[in-house]
Amino acid sequence: MKIEIEGVGKVFDARGRSVVALEDINLNIDDGEFVCLIGPSGCGKSTLLAMIAGLDFPTSGAIRAGGVPIKGPDSSRVLIFQDAALFPWLDVESNVAFGLRMKRMGRKERARTVERLLRMVHLEQFTRAWVHELSGGMKQRVAIARALAVEPAVLLLDEPFGALDAMTRDMLHGELQEVWQSTGKTFVFVTHNVREAVALGDRVLVMSPRPGRVVAEHRIDLPHPRRVEEERVIEIAQHVAEDLRLSHEESPPREQRRLHQ
Amino acid sequence: MTRGLVVRRSFFFLGFLLLWLVLSTAHLWPPYLFPSPVQVALSLAKGIRDGTVLIGIAGSMWRLFRGYIAALVIGLALGLILARVRPIKETLGLLVMGLQALPSICWLPLALLWFGLNERAILFVVVMGAVFSIAQSTEDGIRNTPPVYLKAARNLGARGLRIYSAVVLPAALPNIVTGMKLGWSFAWRSLMAGELLYALPGLGHLLTMGRELNDMSQVLAVIVVIIALGLATDRLVFGTMERRLRERWGLG
Repeated sequence: MKIEIEGVGKVFDARGRSVVALEDINLNIDDGEFVCLIGPSGCGKSTLLAMIAGLDFPTSGAIRAGGVPIKGPDSSRVLIFQDAALFPWLDVESNVAFGLRMKRMGRKERARTVERLLRMVHLEQFTRAWVHELSGGMKQRVAIARALAVEPAVLLLDEPFGALDAMTRDMLHGELQEVWQSTGKTFVFVTHNVREAVALGDRVLVMSPRPGRVVAEHRIDLPHPRRVEEERVIEIAQHVAEDLRLSHEESPPREQRRLHQ
Repeated sequence: MTRGLVVRRSFFFLGFLLLWLVLSTAHLWPPYLFPSPVQVALSLAKGIRDGTVLIGIAGSMWRLFRGYIAALVIGLALGLILARVRPIKETLGLLVMGLQALPSICWLPLALLWFGLNERAILFVVVMGAVFSIAQSTEDGIRNTPPVYLKAARNLGARGLRIYSAVVLPAALPNIVTGMKLGWSFAWRSLMAGELLYALPGLGHLLTMGRELNDMSQVLAVIVVIIALGLATDRLVFGTMERRLRERWGLG
């Protein structure tokens, strides 16, 4: 599903003062593309993601998904939150089945789908576990399975691995690329970790803080799956990090484009 | 329960009974004011044998059950409305807070005038005793639910009433159970107070009868029954609910 973002701006009203969170964002995300949004905190990257999910709305401009203006949340575009946001009153299996129950899918078919997805994220041993019994990495795996269950065309990930240890994160990077390659869905991934962005994305978009704007675009033409410690990834990450530094300056340059092969 | 706990508890209660027995046989006070535990036990056995205690228990519990279910339904609905409709929270919310602090037996004079000295008056007092604490904690529970659960649910396709049944209420359940427990104890107190004035089968009425017959053993026997019932519901019903919730949510 193609996503078109046209002149999107977002102004917050913070205690009587208006704060410009996002300004004039223009962005097209292709069907099946893996795009990473990177920027310092306060650059509005999470807000942009929530707007694509239909959980927040722009104050100017428009966002279309598959050519249709976004009016609200829809199971074709599912957001995965930083803290996984699993439902603590449900076990792993029921969390994954949540969206299917909302769709009134029959019990048998539901059980089959849940089983397949839990195998996919290597949690088939934990179907009956309660949420608090899972580690951070396992929670994110369940969140990914829960999102995939409703068969979205777009998966939106908001710093999903931000709170995980490095080893778990590396493992999940591998698994996430596998999922992306095998499903062909559109992935939009928000992070503030430069190497993570470069390792995962076809394209890395660097955003500036207050107001949030896209200041640089890096197209990364390296074969998947990639790993954060690969030499090329580290090299490219240095360029991206440089852009990220520049984005903090008073008048950041606008829309630098680079291709890395 | 561990064995140590059983031993400690047995010792405590044996000691307690022994002290009671010693004090009563010392005749510091006349036996009709301070009966021995043996007399109380005999009185309890007699009450059970002739059915008065069991009929009293059945009457009280049935009354409590009906009042409590009504309070639960009204309280949950009221809590939901308070949590979701801001103007109502700002106005009616304050009144609910005030009413929660009002000892529900204060409603009794009003209920007697409205309904007369009958079952409906007692039920009214029981409902008023439980409904506000249930409403208040339902509201708290819903208000304290992280908004991210609602976002996730809507994103996964939950709409309309199903958001309430599948997310809002389950997410608030730990708070609701706390309120239910509180509401139950308020209802129980209100019921006993109301039944003291009431001349149909019930434990409160047995207490009044004991007083009228100057039968302190019966009064104490009924008090023992009331304590046992309170402890049993607290442990069996609410204890079980709370333990299940703790297991699920990983609380405390």
